[in-house]
Order: sequence, then structure tokens, then C-alpha cells
Amino acid sequence: MLKRHGHEAVLAVLVVGALFILSLQSDRFLTLDNLLNQSRLMAEVALVALPMTFVIISGGIDLSVGSTMGLCAILVGVLWQSAGLPLPAAIALSLLAGLACGLFNGLLIIRFGMPPLIATLGTLALYRGLAEGISQARSVRGYPEWFARLGQGDSWGLPSQVWLVLLMLAICGIVLGLTRWGRTIYAIGSSETAARFAGLPVDATKYAIYAATGLASAMAAIVFVSRVSTTRSDMGTGLELDAITAVVLGGTSIFGGRGTILGTALGLILVQTLENGLSLAGVKGDGTVVLIGLVLIVTLLVGALMDRRLRA
Amino acid sequence: MTSQILPARANPPAAAPLRRFFSEYGHECVVALAILVLLVGVGLYNPRFISARNLGSIFSGNAYVAIAAIGMTILIVMRQIDLSVGALIGVLATISGSIAVSGAPIWLAWLAPVLCGMAINAVSGLLVAYAGIPAIVVTLGMMAVLQGGLISVTGGAWISNLPADFLLAKMAVFGLPMPLVWAIVLTIAAGLWLRLTPYGRSFYLIGGNAEAARAVGLPVRRRIVMAFVIHGAFAGLATLMFATQLQVIQSTTPPNLELLVITASVIGGVSILGGTGTVFGSSLAAVLFAAIGSALIFVNVSAYWQRAFIGALILLTVGADMLRRRRAASAGGK
Repeated sequence: MLKRHGHEAVLAVLVVGALFILSLQSDRFLTLDNLLNQSRLMAEVALVALPMTFVIISGGIDLSVGSTMGLCAILVGVLWQSAGLPLPAAIALSLLAGLACGLFNGLLIIRFGMPPLIATLGTLALYRGLAEGISQARSVRGYPEWFARLGQGDSWGLPSQVWLVLLMLAICGIVLGLTRWGRTIYAIGSSETAARFAGLPVDATKYAIYAATGLASAMAAIVFVSRVSTTRSDMGTGLELDAITAVVLGGTSIFGGRGTILGTALGLILVQTLENGLSLAGVKGDGTVVLIGLVLIVTLLVGALMDRRLRA
Repeated sequence: MTSQILPARANPPAAAPLRRFFSEYGHECVVALAILVLLVGVGLYNPRFISARNLGSIFSGNAYVAIAAIGMTILIVMRQIDLSVGALIGVLATISGSIAVSGAPIWLAWLAPVLCGMAINAVSGLLVAYAGIPAIVVTLGMMAVLQGGLISVTGGAWISNLPADFLLAKMAVFGLPMPLVWAIVLTIAAGLWLRLTPYGRSFYLIGGNAEAARAVGLPVRRRIVMAFVIHGAFAGLATLMFATQLQVIQSTTPPNLELLVITASVIGGVSILGGTGTVFGSSLAAVLFAAIGSALIFVNVSAYWQRAFIGALILLTVGADMLRRRRAASAGGK
């Protein structure tokens, strides 16, 4: 058990430890209100980090998620306000655009054989550039009341978008842990050539995971727009690094072949707990960023040392 | 199959000198041609674009990207990467500026960023080479540490009242702006060093085939640390050209600078798969970016489209490179 899920166990201990220590620092930290509010704030990164786990396990990476989010947010605003479409139609088109962004990444990586880091570095600039070009730095405001419910309201006792995250968590966990598709993703990450020779649908699976990541970025965009009631072209800047940090902190190997959804979920919770708890304890936001960077490096350092010990 | 483990450009086939030059520096020629087409095309549309004053200001204002891309090129040739370089340049600029306003000798304010850059990157290099954590993760963490650290130490305050003799980038050598001279000299020096010395060539060997490099007795781990340290030195030099342009030093780091530097290296022909690429290419690519940004304004396209153009350019360049490589591979197979 510990050998197989050692990293998750370490993370769980870290999360509990952080919760304990931080609750001593501020009595506003461990309250239901605060925890629910934090789950609302982490929804966008979580939506993207979950499918990003698939991408990284398959040995790839997607740096373009933040830009995809910005482009999809702008499209909702522009299609609704400037093109005069009804808001649900604008949302549907924006989700389609996110899917298309993901498929285009897949096309560059699979069909043209570009390294994922480079292909998505290019689309990071391209999608953000399209968002900036389309919006011309104008923001869109004045969304209707009902739309705010997704990002600002509650449903069945939880912030609405948390249900979306839980649904995504369940789907990703089941697909990765229990289905043939999930095992195919691990096989691709361990050795793409071997997976191909074994007759696995390598290309189709890779298209699917990049498309899913693009779609999830669009969902994150809509949740974000609804939460802040504004659309701006710089939305989601740096989201890729937050998502990758959560995934890697969760024990997914950046070389592929190894990682779990549970790990990513714990990684997300740890980052959000530290950010919120430390700021309540009086640490400025930027000190928190330093600590998250250090936690990332130290966790991996400990993981690497443990690996070496186990193998020896 | 010795060609697999030697630097790709070390052993060209005997051919006419001109053809040999093109086969070795084909990629660099393409980038240079793109710059030329851009200059002539936009210059015909709006002659003010190619005025000496405009060209001088866009090239010297962006020279620091080319200088930082030299170090990044060496790293990427070694199959490493550094996501923290933008944050690092921000931190080094603040260190340099703080020393300059403290009344210490100016040469100390100029030397400190280079030394601090080397020291900070040595930490990243050690974590990568000896702890075995992938560079992308180490430098992601380092980016957070540097970025957050900078803001929490400075509290967001800008440094102003810089002494006039600190502003290195404002000076000129033989009538040429200092940043331009530095970028050219450093590119040529680094390019020759990488190409002609055994030490420089060992980076290509390690990037191309680390196993073979180990087998011939190269200290692979030490060289990886060294590549990070050299990259840190270039980040320090880039900082000098960046921080001394204006009267103030902001405490925020230029957004997405790391991506701009990595992109310059990649467009310049550095293969992310390691083992190939030159600093001439990366510097030319930095020039190309600077020219595109300015050209859009001169042809009355909103500057907001600039990033979309650069993104499309990256994908076209890399796509063309993949095609060329595939064709070369199938031609070699015959």
C-alpha cells in the first residue's frame, strides 16, 4: 500500500498537517464558510488540472490551457454582446471553441509530430494573441442575473461550480483508474512505441485527452466569467503553471507513465490550503507563492530520495 | 553511425563551400531571410520603419532577449529548460538597482547580477543533475520562489533615482548603442566557443546522446550544472542591458519573458529534442520578434494582434523544421 501510494500518503499527511497548523494561526480558517469559499476559488484550476493529469501521464504537456481559457472567455463576451447571440448559444459556441483549441493542439502534436512543449508554447501565444486581437483590450460586463448563479451562487448546499468539479473528478478518476482508456494512457506514457505495437489506439487516445483539456479550459473560462461577471482578454494568464504545479505536486511523473487523479486532487487541496491559510495567518500573497514553490521542490526531492531508497 | 553521437554540424559532407554553408546554417538563413523580407516589405510601405533611429531603438531595446536566449540555447541543447529566467531577470534587476542607489561603486552594481545569476542557477542545476528532478519542475518551483520573493522583499516599490553613470544601456560604443554591441559580441563569442572548443562541443554531445557522452568519459552531471551556471551568467548580462535602459526599475518581472526567451531559442532552430541549434539562430530570432512587434504598428495593425502573429510564426517555423527533418530522415534512409 505504502509502496504503491507512498506519494499520496505523504501528501495526505501534508494536507492534514497544514490544516492543523493553519487552524491554530487563525480562527477564521477552519470554518465551513471559509472552506466552501475556498472550494469555489479553486474550481477553475481544478477543472483544468484534472484532465491535465491525463496529458502529463501520457508523457505530454499542455501549456496553452490558460490562453485557451482567455480566448473562450472573450468569445462568450463578444458573441453575446457584439454578435447579439443569446447567452446559452454563446456559451455553447465557446465550449466548442475550447474543444477545437484542444484538437488543434492534438493535430500539431500527433499529425505533425511536434514536441508537446513546443506545440503548446506556440498555441499559448496564438490563442492569447487571438483573445487580445478579438477583444482589442475591451472588457465585457453586464451579464444577466441567472448566469451569475454558476459562479457566485449555491446549489444543494455547495457552491454551484464545485458540483462541476466533483463531476469532473468522478469522471476522470473512473476513466483513468478503471477503464481500458485509462490503462492505454499509462501505456502511452510508459512507452509510446510499445503501446503502438500492442495495437492500442494511441493517436485516438491522444486526440481525446488534448481535446478534453481544451474543453475543460473552456468550462473553466465560463465558470470564471460567471464568478467575476466580467470578460477580459488576460483571463487565465499563468493558469497553466498552477495546473501543472498541482498535477506534479500530486505525484504525476513529468516523464509520463505514472500518476493518479487522487494525487492531483490532493495537490490542488494542498496548494489552496496553503494560499488561503497563510494569507489568513497574515503572510502576504507573495510569501505564499514562495512557499508553494519550495513545497513543490522539496516534495519532489523527498519523492526522488524515497524512490532511490526503495530501489536500493 | 558516428554521426548520431557527434554534434549534428561538426562533420559536414565535403561540398562546395557555399552549399556547405547553407546545409549547415540553413535554418539561420531562413530566419535571416524572414527579417530581410520584413524590413524591405514594411520599409516600402512606410519608409520611416527602416530609419536608422527606429531600427536602432527596436534592436537595442530588445537586445536583452537575445542575450538571455544565448544561455537558454545552451540549456536546450543539453535537453534542459529554464522556466524561471523571466523571474530571475526581475530579481537580478532589483539587486543591481539596489546596489546602485546604495552608493556602492557602480562596477559592483554591474557585477552583482552576473554573480547572483550564476549562484541562483547553480542551485537549480544541482537539483536537476544530482537529485534527478526534471528541469521543467525545478525551474517552475524556482520561478514561484523568485517571483514571490521579489514582491515580498520589495513590497512592490520601484527603484528610482538611479545614478546617471549606472545606465549602461544608454551609452554608446563607436556610435552604436551599447546593448546592440553587447548582443553581437556575446553571440559571436558564445557561438565560436560552442562550435570550436572541445568544452563547448561537449554540450552538443551530451544533448545528442547522454549515454554515449558518459561512455567516452564526459562528466555529464557536472556539465549540466555548468550549463545552468552559464545560463545564469547570460541572464545577469541580459539584466544589465534590461535594467539600465530606464531611470526606474520596476519590482514586477516582465510578464511571459521566459516564454519569449524560450521561443527565440526554438525559432532560432534549437531542437527541443536536444543536440542541435546555434546561438546565431536564437539571436536572429530575437531580432525577428522585435522587428515584427514594431512592424505591426507601422502597417497600422493593432498591436493587440502581435502575440497571435508570433504564435503563428512559432508554429510555422517548427512545422517547417519538422517537415525538413522528416525529409532528411527519409532521404538518409535510402
